[in-house]
Amino acid sequence: MGDKVFSGLALLAGVAILATLVFVAVFLSFNSVGAVYREEEGLIIRQFLQYAYPLVIGTLIASLIALLLATPVAVGVALYISHFAPPRLSKSIGYVIDLLAAIPSVVYGAWGMSFLGPTLVPLYGWLHQHLSFIPLFAGSPSQTGRTIFTAGVVLAVMILPIITSVCREIFIQTPKLHEEAALALGATRWEMITMAVFPFARAGIISGVMLGLGRALGETMAVALVLSPGLLTASLISAGNSTIPAEIALGFPEAPPGSERQAQLIAIGLVLFIITLIVNMTARWIVSRHKEFSGAN
Amino acid sequence: MTQTQQQPMPTSVQGPAGPANQHAPAPASTPRPRSLTQRHMPWWVSLVILAVSAVLGAALSALMTFNMAIWFILTAVLYVIISYGVTRAKVSRRKATDTLWKHLVYLAFIIALLPLVSVIWSVTSIGIPGLLEPGFLASDMRGIDGTIDRRSQEEGEPVLGGIRHALVGSLLITLSATFISVPIGLMTSIYLVEYARGGPLARAITFFVDVMTGIPSIVAGLFGAAAVGWFLGVGNSLGLGLPTRSTMGITAAIALSVLMIPVVVRTTEEMLRVVPNELREASYALGVRKWRTILKVVIPTAISGIAAGVTLAIARVIGETAPILVTAGFIVSNNWNMFQGWMTALPVFIFRQFQNPTSPNFSDPSHQRAWAAALVLIIIVMGLNLTARLIATFLAPKNTGR
Repeated sequence: MGDKVFSGLALLAGVAILATLVFVAVFLSFNSVGAVYREEEGLIIRQFLQYAYPLVIGTLIASLIALLLATPVAVGVALYISHFAPPRLSKSIGYVIDLLAAIPSVVYGAWGMSFLGPTLVPLYGWLHQHLSFIPLFAGSPSQTGRTIFTAGVVLAVMILPIITSVCREIFIQTPKLHEEAALALGATRWEMITMAVFPFARAGIISGVMLGLGRALGETMAVALVLSPGLLTASLISAGNSTIPAEIALGFPEAPPGSERQAQLIAIGLVLFIITLIVNMTARWIVSRHKEFSGAN
Repeated sequence: MTQTQQQPMPTSVQGPAGPANQHAPAPASTPRPRSLTQRHMPWWVSLVILAVSAVLGAALSALMTFNMAIWFILTAVLYVIISYGVTRAKVSRRKATDTLWKHLVYLAFIIALLPLVSVIWSVTSIGIPGLLEPGFLASDMRGIDGTIDRRSQEEGEPVLGGIRHALVGSLLITLSATFISVPIGLMTSIYLVEYARGGPLARAITFFVDVMTGIPSIVAGLFGAAAVGWFLGVGNSLGLGLPTRSTMGITAAIALSVLMIPVVVRTTEEMLRVVPNELREASYALGVRKWRTILKVVIPTAISGIAAGVTLAIARVIGETAPILVTAGFIVSNNWNMFQGWMTALPVFIFRQFQNPTSPNFSDPSHQRAWAAALVLIIIVMGLNLTARLIATFLAPKNTGR
């Protein structure tokens, strides 16, 4: 009797998690109807798309900057921990990098707003002076440093630990025999890494980067604090652009419940949810496919 | 061997190299092909290169505008380039490539440490004065308005106001989220480890739990607000007399649970898996039922790991801002009631003080409060992380079998 109740409860909890995910999708869809449908005009998908596309592009720009900055550093740090650092220290170095993940996002936002932004202002001025023929650096440079580029740098710092930890796990799992074989054939350490570690870890690196992308896409407070939001522009160094999470965080508390504005915000939240879901599922799928033939478990 | 043959011999040997030469005893001046350590650079070379690049870097940065950051960057870049060139000229191309990448990897590590040091340094240095303000932890923001802040900034009066209400809010919301998440998360991992054993449903749950860890926190907040709003609507249409607005503490707790459950499942699942099977089998052999075995043998064995995992999960959600901002809102005074009225959490307090200072024209006191609150938040989060490690280390069962 007790067995049945207990196993039933356990099953129920598991199913509840799946149900939660479905509920998230259902509730968001249900509540975002108001953004694409108006009683008197019928479907207004066009208007919604016009509202949503600059935000989607802004989100992608910020995440892309973050990925471009964070990926090389993260792979380097992971390599440092797995193959370069003294073995006795490597575990504590891993903890130190994990501390980066422990700092709350609002603190990163504050840091980016009042510390990193002003530090980058001279760089923006320089870029504007010398490279303004590139559309990315056109437009008047921001005097406060609260630009999409600063937001991208802050996001890069925030996603660094997750990419690092995924890469580190994979690098450590490289078969020792492959590494030793490469070294025995006279390869230098770097040649060993390119010949034994990277081919083994390629899928892991890709999935780590995708997980980082998922985190960057959904990160809210850092962007909301750092960016002074505005219209979509190509310039990275002047004020402007906005991202979906920042738009929601700044707009939702002021939106009256049940209004079209609230529905609009929930609808772009749904768009964000779908994008991150696809990114994360792809990443997890790569990881799980990789696990089967790597003999990692 | 191939390496030594390709390189020109440092001291030339007279006569053409041929089989005849090899039979003759090697003259003292001809170096025998040395071992792998051939052409090793002495240890002090890298120090010399570092000194040279530091001097050059200082000179170059003085040409522009001297500043520590530029100097540091130039020195690092020069060091990497010069050591590549020197190794390439003196040792070999392959060794030079190896050195180059080694330096780049070290550089990546230093770059990764910079923001960590910078964040912690700026939060502590700016936050401490605000934290030392009397009554910062014991008072809330009620009655603090623009005029008080203006007087603090202009006339040097002490900055008033504090974070008591935010601490209360964070505590209540996080505790409620824990009470919701831990049973669900623990039961799920029990299902995954003890009952399912790799069936299709278990694989689906594992996969989607992983996917759930990546849900953007703001989406979780929207879900909480929408779900509770719908529930209240239905309840009120049945005449239950529920509050009409979904903005309250419990909504935030539900939103946080969406973020917390996957973390709890992942960590507890791992801990249950490492419980030795012999313990379970011994218990079954004594005729104990499966659910009693789980409750009395498996969970007590894994309890330290479970506790550590839950602590880490709490540490993760206590710093979340966005879900609480859209579900519980923000107020200036204490609210102990989870089911009625708005509630401020510590991260939301920080965000509001930065974004909408109490006095828009005199924002220094607000910023001081925000930095001090950020310091408190970091201390809490780091403390929780440390606690989790201590629990995992010291409460670990003494005899876990093999």
